Amino acid sequence: MADSEIRYLTPPSIEVKKGKYCRFQRSKITHIDYKDPEFLLKFLNEQGKLLPRRLTGTSLKFQRKVSSSVKRARQLALLSYVADNLK
Amino acid sequence: MSNQYETIFVMTPVLSDDQLKETVKSYKTFLKEKGAEIVHEENWGLRKLAYPIKKKSTGFYFLIEFKAEGKVISELELAYKRDERLLRFLTVSLDKHAQAFNLKFRNKKTTKA
Repeated sequence: MADSEIRYLTPPSIEVKKGKYCRFQRSKITHIDYKDPEFLLKFLNEQGKLLPRRLTGTSLKFQRKVSSSVKRARQLALLSYVADNLK
Repeated sequence: MSNQYETIFVMTPVLSDDQLKETVKSYKTFLKEKGAEIVHEENWGLRKLAYPIKKKSTGFYFLIEFKAEGKVISELELAYKRDERLLRFLTVSLDKHAQAFNLKFRNKKTTKA
């Protein structure tokens, strides 16, 4: 708004939002393979837990796919359910 | 109307080579008898398990991709459950993205090899 009543001498610093992106949407990946545990490791922490979306930047649609892929991989003993030093 | 499925099973490491082949063959004939069309098969060989299953730390992985009707799956899984030679199994249906991905992945492998 150009004619707002409040004016600042120094414009308040607004934190610039860091560009988050969904790596799947950016590189146009449509399928997440549960048979590739090395790749799924990117979405897990050291204990083998799933990382939240706010850390990985994955969109909701693909986060769902990631989580189901990880669970499938765990069932086949490609990934462990519990771990201590996964990375 | 048939769907495309992918099944992986893990066999115990105590089996001999002949027993392994026999197990794989039995499931392939089972699928064929039920009118399934086997699209692709892949032997992963002996792999280390991420966690011990039935006190075993390794297992033989085998993957079969096939086209079949939905009712075949329950029969297949029942056969899996009755089989003591298997440690684990997983059957998933493949959507169009997965099919495209598998096809691409396979072509890449064949050109490399």
